[in-house]
Amino acid sequence: MALKLDSKIPAGELAQKWSNHKAAIKVVSPANKRKLDIIVVGTGLGGASAAASLGELGYNVKIFCIQDSPRRAHSIAAQGGINAAKNYQNDNDSVYRLFYDTIKGGDYRAREANVYRLAEVSNLIIDQCVAQGVPFAREYGGLLANRSFGGAQVSRTFYARGQTGQQLLLGAYAALNKEIHNGSVKSYTRHEMLDIVIEDGEARGIIARNLVTGEIERHGAHAVVIATGGYGNVFFLSTNAMASNGSAAFQCYRKGAGFANPCFTQIHPTCIPVHGTQQSKLTLMSESLRNDGRIWVPKKLEDVEALRKGTKKPSDIAEEERDYYLERRYPAFGNLVPRDVASRAAKERCDAGYGVNETGLAVFLDFKTAIERLGKKVIEQRYGNLFDMYKEITDVNPYEQPMQIFPAVHYTMGGIWVDYNLMTTIPGLYAIGEANFSDHGANRLGASALMQGLADGYFVLPYTIGDYLAKKIQAPKVSTATPAFDEAEKGVKEKIEKLLSINGSRSVDDIHRQLGLIMWDNVGMARTKESLEKAIVEIAALRKEFWKDVKVVGTADSFNVELEKALRLADFLELGELMARDALNREESCGGHFRSEHQTEEGEALRHDDKFAYASVWEYKGMDVEPELTKEPLDYEFTHRAQRNYKD
Amino acid sequence: MNFTLKIWRQKDAHSKGEFKEYQVKDISSDTSFLEMLDILNNDLVHKGEEPVAFDHDCREGICGMCSLHINGHAHGPSQAVTTCQIYMRQFKDGQTIVVEPWRSAAFPVIKDLVVNRGAYDQILQAGGFISVRTNSVPDGNAIPIAKADADESMDAAACVGCGACAATCKNGSAMLFVAARVSSLAKLPQGRVEGARRAKAMVAKMDELGFGNCTNTGACQAECPKSISIAHIARLNREFLCAKLED
Repeated sequence: MALKLDSKIPAGELAQKWSNHKAAIKVVSPANKRKLDIIVVGTGLGGASAAASLGELGYNVKIFCIQDSPRRAHSIAAQGGINAAKNYQNDNDSVYRLFYDTIKGGDYRAREANVYRLAEVSNLIIDQCVAQGVPFAREYGGLLANRSFGGAQVSRTFYARGQTGQQLLLGAYAALNKEIHNGSVKSYTRHEMLDIVIEDGEARGIIARNLVTGEIERHGAHAVVIATGGYGNVFFLSTNAMASNGSAAFQCYRKGAGFANPCFTQIHPTCIPVHGTQQSKLTLMSESLRNDGRIWVPKKLEDVEALRKGTKKPSDIAEEERDYYLERRYPAFGNLVPRDVASRAAKERCDAGYGVNETGLAVFLDFKTAIERLGKKVIEQRYGNLFDMYKEITDVNPYEQPMQIFPAVHYTMGGIWVDYNLMTTIPGLYAIGEANFSDHGANRLGASALMQGLADGYFVLPYTIGDYLAKKIQAPKVSTATPAFDEAEKGVKEKIEKLLSINGSRSVDDIHRQLGLIMWDNVGMARTKESLEKAIVEIAALRKEFWKDVKVVGTADSFNVELEKALRLADFLELGELMARDALNREESCGGHFRSEHQTEEGEALRHDDKFAYASVWEYKGMDVEPELTKEPLDYEFTHRAQRNYKD
Repeated sequence: MNFTLKIWRQKDAHSKGEFKEYQVKDISSDTSFLEMLDILNNDLVHKGEEPVAFDHDCREGICGMCSLHINGHAHGPSQAVTTCQIYMRQFKDGQTIVVEPWRSAAFPVIKDLVVNRGAYDQILQAGGFISVRTNSVPDGNAIPIAKADADESMDAAACVGCGACAATCKNGSAMLFVAARVSSLAKLPQGRVEGARRAKAMVAKMDELGFGNCTNTGACQAECPKSISIAHIARLNREFLCAKLED
């Protein structure tokens, strides 16, 4: 049975859709809100802002996170900024322009209505965060400052030094603390959701593991919100935090929620290159650096050789011997092309032999021109903490020598399928922020992840969830003493026991590292039919090996990090295959998904709108069974789908 | 590079802990301290032993999760970085390295090097916020804020809540942590409205949770991975005193 997909996109003019929808959906009275329980899983920008806003409205909210405090969610690590269509710079920005840039940046693979709503509420987010005390950067006149990000020709990015994600999350976390103080939200830290409970086809609650005691707990609610971020750690090496995982989303998929566009992965162009084999994660250098940094490799291969041997320093290479390849290929946007374009261009130069370090997998990001133009002090003010971080990691001073950068896995545009209300294919189950698939199409623009997380949590979900909960006002408290909870709990316990009993020869990290290599080599920046078919076979074999030969030490009823990692890896081993299958199905290139067979003569992504103008929504059929594909057509009523052009 | 590690092992909150010695070999100088622990743990798993539990997550110095006392210093030998930003090149080949959890009465050990810092959450829940509802706010540019004030607010807001200040303080005081939040909001007009209530509520909660008093030794500032200045403690004291005088 194929999934029934009703996107519930309201009729009418693009700019009126959200207003019309808000007017049409039901609301729940304050007296009834008090009777309704909501579970929010994840405390990043999406989860924290949603839980705080729902608590304010009067619902009873429980919020769960795997870290020791809600403030540690990985939203905290976002550096560069958050977009909004304020037009404070008077550079002709508008809601429409932000909408258009986002749709185009996503290579026309997102829903017009969702993206327009995102642009529309973007301005409210800035107001909200300022009122919460987020110390955004300001000009001398006391007003808010902006900078530019990739894929835009206006300055619409608000920022707090290089720590915008941290400050926005501390704002949302403060709002959450206010509601915890008021008693409307109860916080469960060091708790991990291990299953979603479905009864009569509706979400009824979750099974969670207390990570300190190992106890398996049941939590019931009238609605469940998944806000657990992306699944980039399937690649082992990524810019995600070590514990970021796709497991909560995957349990929803396993229980019947559609999973959309899993192959849409963002490879971020400016990360510190991989060194050696002992590395555990990759570090991002903010996209904001491309405001002033210029990306280049030498024009001559003998200069590349000299750099690798150390006989020449980057500063020895004359201006006319440098290939500023982004400025050369994309004159209109230059160094500020979108991430997918910048990453592919770096790969193209490195594949051609121009990579500037020993591994051949690095390009320069150079601030020489900017320091000459603005002075070291201004650069220090703008990027000081990023420069310090670079120096800590690499032992190279970026004020004197250019940074070396290379693309790395950063964000997943794919995720749980949701309708316009952010509800999944399972009634009462919602997904927000990076965990859903809705707004970024095949490529996300910089400074838009923070925007989407907070848009969903503060300004969309608190309204749309009422439309569902209005039907639940007569429903009693959800009982957790039911067969559905029994079965879910039993499944979780059996899985844990199985993992602990295998006692094989390979550690969780060993297998995860191997999965990451398969993914990077075959489902990474460039994909082919052959590489994807190879990946599917290899991942299936590795998954078998995992379930036969993994070694998980420790016990179920204690603080056991190895067990946590094993549970997450078990899901990555299925998610990786799903990503490869989705990439194999999509015989076109779009955004971050580049099929080498489908490119223009100039090496740009070549879409096939006649065949692939849809979101791929997958339905789980079993661990070693092919999932079933349902297509959600993406109709473009208001914008013309064109070949993306960042040249002129 | 090779190292001898003396690591605090403790089964759970109720058990007695002890130092155990481990050898790690062939570590690259570019490897981070936590990656070195990953390598040790992978070896332990292969031997069927329980790996060393330690808190960590973002590994880029911003989440505040990592929390190790290394050779007697919170977050190790370097200034102004978190544990995850320590690299092995900062140690000598063959060196013995002592690794302990935060030692503070208000942060009980959960296992090995992992402690419970829930007390910091509780202090912020007592008043570390501005009471605005979603959507009940003026335009972002309606209140101009002098750049210097916004910058100073940001300096204080850089706190990652790691707990190094209280773990370092000989009195086990959380003053730097509380001051960072109070000061960050006090420098902004939005935060002034509830200033008095906030200072009193957060200080009262801090006292209730068993944190000690501040005697201005400045150890917290020296070990703070974000170099939060004790000038913020002076501001907290002023806020608190003014609030009490109003009572």
